[in-house]
Amino acid sequence: MIQLKNIEKVYRTDTVETQALNNISLQVEKGEFLSIMGPSGCGKSTLLNLMGLLDAPSKGDVIIDSQQTLQLNDRKLAHFRNSKIGFIFQSYHLINDLQVVDNVELPLLYRNSSAKERRTLALEALEKVGLSNRVKHFPTQLSGGQKQRVAIARAIVGKPEIILADEPTGNLDSAMGNEIMNILLELNRIDGTTIVMVTHDPNMAQRTHRLLRLFDGSQVQ
Amino acid sequence: MLKNYFKIAIAVLKRRKFFTFISLFGISLTLTILIVLTAFLDVLTSPAYPDVNRSKELFINRIVLKSNKENYTSQSPASFYFVNNFVSKMKTPEKIAIHTGRNTTNAYQNNKKMEVELMHTNVSFWEVYQFEFVEGKAFNAQDLENAAQVAVISADTRSKYFGEGALALGKYVEANNIKYRVIGVVKSAPATMIYANSDIYLPYTLAKSGLKGTSLMGEYMVTLLARSTADLPLIKEEYSQLLKKVPHPEKNQEILLSYPDSYLESFTREIFGKGEGSGKDRFFLMIGIFVFLFMLLPTINLVNINVSRIMERSSEIGVRKAFGASSSTLVGQFIVENMILTILGGILGVLLSLLVIFVLNSSNLISHMNLTINLTVLGYSLLACLVFGLMSGVYPAWRMSKLNVVTALKANN
Ligand SMILES: Nc1ncnc2c1ncn2[C@@H]1O[C@H](COP(=O)(O)OP(=O)(O)O)[C@@H](O)[C@H]1O
Ligand SMILES: [Mg+2]
Repeated sequence: MIQLKNIEKVYRTDTVETQALNNISLQVEKGEFLSIMGPSGCGKSTLLNLMGLLDAPSKGDVIIDSQQTLQLNDRKLAHFRNSKIGFIFQSYHLINDLQVVDNVELPLLYRNSSAKERRTLALEALEKVGLSNRVKHFPTQLSGGQKQRVAIARAIVGKPEIILADEPTGNLDSAMGNEIMNILLELNRIDGTTIVMVTHDPNMAQRTHRLLRLFDGSQVQ
Repeated sequence: MLKNYFKIAIAVLKRRKFFTFISLFGISLTLTILIVLTAFLDVLTSPAYPDVNRSKELFINRIVLKSNKENYTSQSPASFYFVNNFVSKMKTPEKIAIHTGRNTTNAYQNNKKMEVELMHTNVSFWEVYQFEFVEGKAFNAQDLENAAQVAVISADTRSKYFGEGALALGKYVEANNIKYRVIGVVKSAPATMIYANSDIYLPYTLAKSGLKGTSLMGEYMVTLLARSTADLPLIKEEYSQLLKKVPHPEKNQEILLSYPDSYLESFTREIFGKGEGSGKDRFFLMIGIFVFLFMLLPTINLVNINVSRIMERSSEIGVRKAFGASSSTLVGQFIVENMILTILGGILGVLLSLLVIFVLNSSNLISHMNLTINLTVLGYSLLACLVFGLMSGVYPAWRMSKLNVVTALKANN
């Protein structure tokens, strides 16, 4: 499903050059639940961003669903992300000016679907994460766990084959974190969604199919 | 999609109340000033009582005599001689109105002194200008020929002279120590009718001077009424041919210039005209430049506000991009948002203009002037709004859309 080949990522600023990723090769199978662990600053987010086509590698190939992605232009990349990938961020990144349901509908705005369709799908997704009773709330009126569940609803509303989650439980206490983890596991088990998740919590990592360890931009075996 | 843009736009505007206020204030104030100014221009230039035929009219307000050596120029309205012996012989115009400028004199009523303006006209004047007679009628060819001591006065003058609500027909007005019998009272022309408005209109044969002699310079102006607008160029041509036959043998007066101008040209020639040009193009260029500079201020203000909003909304930008918005889609969104803001400002501006115009009209600052927002002005205002929205939205939107997703997502939260 996701294939990385000899990935390098170098960040250049005026003063320093950071080698964030160093010769990473990796294959994630369809329906697999992969977790990534490693100390802070080792390149986990960078790796996830490359898989999500939010950033381009300095070297190497990113192949998703058998499609070479490097030569895609902005519009094609946007379309690709929209149809194939859902993101979940540590800090939720909900749009505070919009109601929960409008936040969830967001990915559908960028495809051809009617307002009615969007609403139906958004309510369905919210139902799945157990937030049917918070549809008209604004993000600021929700707890951290609820916000993250809205974010998950947004990530799954377009029924993507891949979900990329960057420390989705990082800001939550363990009870809430567990709830989120259960939702992700269920998504993977029932819908067969391929999930890649960055986490600091070994207990969470243990519940996934496979664990990838990073250290200083390199894979540790 | 548009509905969603609208939702977020309103939410953002609500959240940033102060900036919203400043932007709306800037836009609506600018528009108000533009709308009121154009309304003024409109009332000054478009056909209106009593000059309803303006689109079929040409005006001769002055003649210019120059020496070959460019060291002597004089200009003034034409003489009666010029108007009577040459202009009134023209064949193409349907009617030729002749009148003097306004002369201010004193009038007395019961030993009370008041200032009134006199204008001497011919009979065609009353056919070219469509005055509405509230009493009596205009003087006719007979009156003119006999130099009958008759006058047409304006309704305002009637009130001033005879008292509010009094009738004037057959009564006498005394001006310049001469008594004139009132044979007609017309609804007053607005002060903005620069050529046709006066307090008292007299047959030109009553003029004490200016009727004799062969000097070309005098105090007469001409309004040529064409049968149709198609005749206007023909009239201009006939007039230029006619000029060639006018003798001006005096030394230093070798060149005689005069043009029948459209109403607007008759002003722009005064202010901007050079040589043969009427100055109309320069006039519109100046207006264009003025409007552009005038609109630049609120636009720059909006651009600033929008750019400063970029960082604040970077999380939103990042999320939208991550979930499939392309850069061009985002540009579209932000431009639409900005349009919504400027259109709101536009609506406010139109409302504010209506208020200002209402106040101006009811304050009677300029007598009988009736400013209106006409559809053309409204159309241009809306166009100005769109231009506003685009000018102030495009650059910030472009900046926003170029934001790198990862950076955008990192910037806050
Ligand atoms: N935009 C950037 N510019 C420069 N350096 C960056 C940028 N993003 C990340 N880095 C650097 O790359 C390394 C990996 O970052 P990241 O992938 O965010 O680590 P992690 O998610 O594992 O904590 C870090 O050293 C970080 O400082
Ligand atoms: Mg990270």
